[in-house]
Amino acid sequence: MATPRLSLRLTRVTPYTALLPMAIVAALGYLGAGLWTFYISLTGSRTFPSGRFIGLAQYHRLFDNERWMLSLHNLAAYGVLFVLACLVIGFLLAVFIDQNVKGEGVFRTIFLYPYAMSFVATGLVWQWLLTPGDGIDGTLRALGLHDVRFDWIVSQDCAIYTVVVATVWQMSGLVMALMLAGLRGVDPEIWKAARLDGIPAWRVYAQIVLPMLWPTIATVLLLLATAVAKLYDAVVAMTQGGPGIASEVPAKFIMDHLFLRSNVGLASAGAIVLLVPVLALLAPYAYARSRKEAA
Amino acid sequence: MYGIRTALLCTWLCAWSCATATVAHAGPRAEVIHWWTSGGESAAVKQVEQAYRAAGGTWVDTAIAGGDQSRAVTINRIIGGNPPTAAQFNTSKQFLDIIEEDLLNPVDDLALRDGWDQVLPAPIVDVIKVRGHWYAVPMNIHMQTWIWYSKSAFAKAGITREPATMGELFADLDKLKAAGIVPLAHGGQAWQDILLFSMVLSNMGGRDLYLKVIRDRDQAAIRSAAFRKVLVAYKRLQGYVDPASPGRNWNDATALVISGKAGMQIMGDWAKGEFVAAGQAPGRQFGCLPGLGADSPYLIQGDVFVFPKTKDASALRAQKLLASIVDKPSVQLAFNRLKGSVPVRLDADDSQFDACARKGMAILRDPKRPVGVAEVYLTPDQNGALQDVLTAYWNTDMPVERAQNSIAAALRY
Repeated sequence: MATPRLSLRLTRVTPYTALLPMAIVAALGYLGAGLWTFYISLTGSRTFPSGRFIGLAQYHRLFDNERWMLSLHNLAAYGVLFVLACLVIGFLLAVFIDQNVKGEGVFRTIFLYPYAMSFVATGLVWQWLLTPGDGIDGTLRALGLHDVRFDWIVSQDCAIYTVVVATVWQMSGLVMALMLAGLRGVDPEIWKAARLDGIPAWRVYAQIVLPMLWPTIATVLLLLATAVAKLYDAVVAMTQGGPGIASEVPAKFIMDHLFLRSNVGLASAGAIVLLVPVLALLAPYAYARSRKEAA
Repeated sequence: MYGIRTALLCTWLCAWSCATATVAHAGPRAEVIHWWTSGGESAAVKQVEQAYRAAGGTWVDTAIAGGDQSRAVTINRIIGGNPPTAAQFNTSKQFLDIIEEDLLNPVDDLALRDGWDQVLPAPIVDVIKVRGHWYAVPMNIHMQTWIWYSKSAFAKAGITREPATMGELFADLDKLKAAGIVPLAHGGQAWQDILLFSMVLSNMGGRDLYLKVIRDRDQAAIRSAAFRKVLVAYKRLQGYVDPASPGRNWNDATALVISGKAGMQIMGDWAKGEFVAAGQAPGRQFGCLPGLGADSPYLIQGDVFVFPKTKDASALRAQKLLASIVDKPSVQLAFNRLKGSVPVRLDADDSQFDACARKGMAILRDPKRPVGVAEVYLTPDQNGALQDVLTAYWNTDMPVERAQNSIAAALRY
């Protein structure tokens, strides 16, 4: 009887053993690095991490910095627009494809393609398209629309919205794919029942299917929220934070100070500040999940 | 990415050491990190490599595209305890922290032997000599605020004389504008904005105000009426650039001057390479003006090699050999002719350089004219903060008083 008991114990231990490396990596790599960053943010570190403790001075300086404040403001405006636009466009695309259109595979590929490409490359193409005198602006001019001006990318107020447009173009395909998977998971019986009752399709989508898609939407929201917080490559490729500092974002501020400007302390303070809203977004999600699992 | 790079490097080095194991007395091996990767630059650094090989050394080239990336790798490797034999930095405060952590080998012997105190321009000496010790071997000097102008555009606008004051410069810009030419070719990126500002500050405020603001970070000077005038003039230049200027690369702006679509550009001497590559010659199709007036300050920076601390005797030998090679006038000449800059040694023979470079060398020998660019006096952090304010002021309708206050705040930390 000893052998089965041993194998039973083994089956219990094996999963934990398999998970252990990942757990160690997560603990050291994420938690450890997070705590280390917090510690560095309390010091006067410049090029090198140093132990010279200066309290909250870096945070004080951070919130005294015009560029950082503008970055936060840009991130908020960008975040709201980007998440909403991705959700709406992604959902509509998914619904559109879900109508058993011909060549579904082709459309799916087309919509998903932007996500497969690096923004370092596509961002540059966007920049060309949006440059006044060339691209879209030049085409409009060539078509004889001489009064139309399309110069968002060089405008103080609109530059950040060009980043929204380009990143929505990139991400909404992924949202579509996830939503489509969700839609395909909806029981066909529900559609049959709705058709029997004569309910119009848009009401079925709005009032029955959407609520059923909630887990998918939550996942999508989480993905989009992290994409907002780490927004960097699109800005670097398209506007370099300009014109002036008009389209600066926090991640770029942190990267600039980490390497270019040799101020590890200030960069760490920025990273910690950026971590707070991410945690604030994650906490309710994790709480809801744990409640659900307990139930 | 860095991990892969190291792995590749290790494999490569192993293969290399096996291959050379049979060679008796392999010369000192120097691994050099630098960011000279464009066509002309890599041809230039090849000259140093050849000279080092000819002296019996073995050169391991670690070229990394992009100054920021390259410096980040150097610093990471120094922290990680696996420093390169030598690494490139700009002649600036970029490596001051490394000196203060006592992580660089000084090159005092060489400096004393060659009398650097006499043969190097003072702004360069101030950067590489810290508390009586010399920590870097300078390679070249770039002058950052040349005025490059198109002869054909000037002729079309009826400009017959090079401007010698700020007032004349604005008058010429007006003439260019009236002739339907983009008066000022400018790439609206933060580093180019600060370059343009430095030109205005040094030419208009003169050496004294420039050094008081940039070197001494003197709050009273920053809040003075003279400095406000500089800021107003700087902003006035913005009325002379074309709408597509924001975000443009410097070489695209140079291309506008080359084609005669724009009248002038204020840019470092590296822009000359673009003109030459387009088949133009100084004095014929384009002109180079080092400043406004005969005694305008001459804003310089350049590149240096630093030698991270090591206990390895053979690495030390490699460092000594490389330092002496880099400091040789013949190597400096060969390097700088391809790079577009000028030798750092004032005693170098400049007869083989073009007219613009010779003009620059002559100015360098006048001790009253060369001063450093902002990066020479400010930490990367302060310089960045100043850059943020200037680029915001350039691009928005920020009132000049606020710009003045923000600059004062940026340079206080």
